[in-house]
Amino acid sequence: MAMPMESPISFTNVGRIRWWQRGIFASQTGYVLLALAVLLVIMHFASPYFFTEGNMQNVAKNFSFIAIATLGVTFVIITGGIDLSVGSMMCFSAMITSMVMTELSAPGSPAGALFVHLAADGKTVIANVPGLILLISILAGLGVALIAGLVNGFCIAVLGLSPFVTTLGMLSIVRGLGYVVSNGRGSFPGGPDADRFYALTSGDVLGVPVPFIYLVILALTMAVVLHHTSFGRHVFALGGNEKAAELTGIPVVRVKIEVYVICALAAGLQGIIISGWLGSAPANMATSYELNVIAAAVIGGANLAGGIGGPLGAIVGCVLLEVIRNGLVLAQVSSYWQQTLVGVIIILAVLVDRIRSRMS
Amino acid sequence: MANADATPVLELTGIGKEFGAIRALHGVDMQVMPGEVVGLMGDNGAGKSTLVKIIAGNFRPSHGEIRFAGNAVHFNRPVDARAVGIEVVYQDLALSDNLTAAANVFLGRELKRRFGPIALLDHRAMAARALELFGELRSETRPDDLVKQMSGGQRQAVAIARTRLSNARLVMMDEPTAAISVRQVEQVLGLIHRLKEQGVAVMLISHRMPDVFAVCDRVIVMRRGEKRADKPIHQTSPEEVTALITGAKEAA
Repeated sequence: MAMPMESPISFTNVGRIRWWQRGIFASQTGYVLLALAVLLVIMHFASPYFFTEGNMQNVAKNFSFIAIATLGVTFVIITGGIDLSVGSMMCFSAMITSMVMTELSAPGSPAGALFVHLAADGKTVIANVPGLILLISILAGLGVALIAGLVNGFCIAVLGLSPFVTTLGMLSIVRGLGYVVSNGRGSFPGGPDADRFYALTSGDVLGVPVPFIYLVILALTMAVVLHHTSFGRHVFALGGNEKAAELTGIPVVRVKIEVYVICALAAGLQGIIISGWLGSAPANMATSYELNVIAAAVIGGANLAGGIGGPLGAIVGCVLLEVIRNGLVLAQVSSYWQQTLVGVIIILAVLVDRIRSRMS
Repeated sequence: MANADATPVLELTGIGKEFGAIRALHGVDMQVMPGEVVGLMGDNGAGKSTLVKIIAGNFRPSHGEIRFAGNAVHFNRPVDARAVGIEVVYQDLALSDNLTAAANVFLGRELKRRFGPIALLDHRAMAARALELFGELRSETRPDDLVKQMSGGQRQAVAIARTRLSNARLVMMDEPTAAISVRQVEQVLGLIHRLKEQGVAVMLISHRMPDVFAVCDRVIVMRRGEKRADKPIHQTSPEEVTALITGAKEAA
């Protein structure tokens, strides 16, 4: 970067770090991005079907299904925390959304009467205000995620409990609540707004899957928030040196609560999107997804010790996982190998970064 | 030299602090003039850190009065002390390794530009101001370098530049030379001279006798929670100070 001002300092014995040893080039995200590019080339030669439009759409859609939650968990990881409750949160938000939608769409019920009426034929349900049920049910789904995120944040930032234990507990609590409210059966989006719901969650615009569009918008927003706002600066500072952050007057408690809320909301939104694609929100939905999400974040370069991470890394990690899964299917390798390979890649990615920092 | 301005920047009268039954500080009086470098010495448990924490607003004194630039002040939190112009450079420097020098200098008080409802960081202004500050301190530190990659002296410069940002009138430095190389000690002592030149009062808390005698105008020795000596540096000697610290000599 060219310094526009006259430099008042002459640097006699402090060298400049070369451009290729700084920024993205020296980060794990950079290496993994390179590995991904190589993998894409290999896939192109290995399978003629890989770069077809249909398969690309498939890949884009599939990785978007965990990438939004990965963005959220990346915030938490940058502060040096962890959120294990994302999988359960996806399920619970999705479930509440479809239950509220179904409830409000039942013409006979007291709540339903405000939102829907029966058409002249006595069977077709028509919304009084189109889209209102959808809006309220999505807000309800995100609302429960917000509450769970606040509880996580409160326990961790105010009560000082360990993030691992708190969110492990929340994983179980939220999953349990999901079984309680649905009686273990799961729920289905229904009523007059269901079609709109499916269009918003699993449709596509000009051949681009909508989850992918949401992902791009959220990732760009996240990049701006992390690098160009004081909140983002504080998130990084917290992960770098929490005590220093506290001493310099950063509102540590507030920032921590905010990141857990952001993470929970991202997971909730992700769950709602997945349920649109599945057409239902079963009670065992997204079980153990938290591991995929955290794995993707770590592969993409987020450091579990805190202080490092970003939206590009989160997405690169998700894409890599999905390309490998997709590639193994196309190469007709047993899908049981997939998990093993993912584990190997997690360790490899972190190992390469460690070797690099040893060398410099 | 230090008495150009007659009001002391910091004046403590009868400061005492009890933690339950333990008396950590008792009847401490002291004054610090603008542009004066005062060494605060004492063995572990002598009450140095308690005194520093009271001045920095971490603790409230049980007795006594603090006057800052002539006005009585009561600090409930460190932020209150910072608001009147007291800055502390902590022993571990309180820097975030993963951020740049400029980001660390401005941590917690970032410069922003408003775009309607959104306020975005003004990276360029922060880098320019940080470069200016490093220039003043004559430290070869680049604002956009990561703190992780810096030497001990550069880190110290970043921590001190932070105190210059707010135009602090009293800077307290806790063991700034404890864990760095000989050459970097020179740099840090240089930085203290820069602060002095700009009329900032510095309180240096240190165990290292040569450093205290190299930069301080006056030395204060604490022992068992009381002030045992308060002398201009040229009227004392390292031997006498050592004796005061260990208790071989009761007071001077």
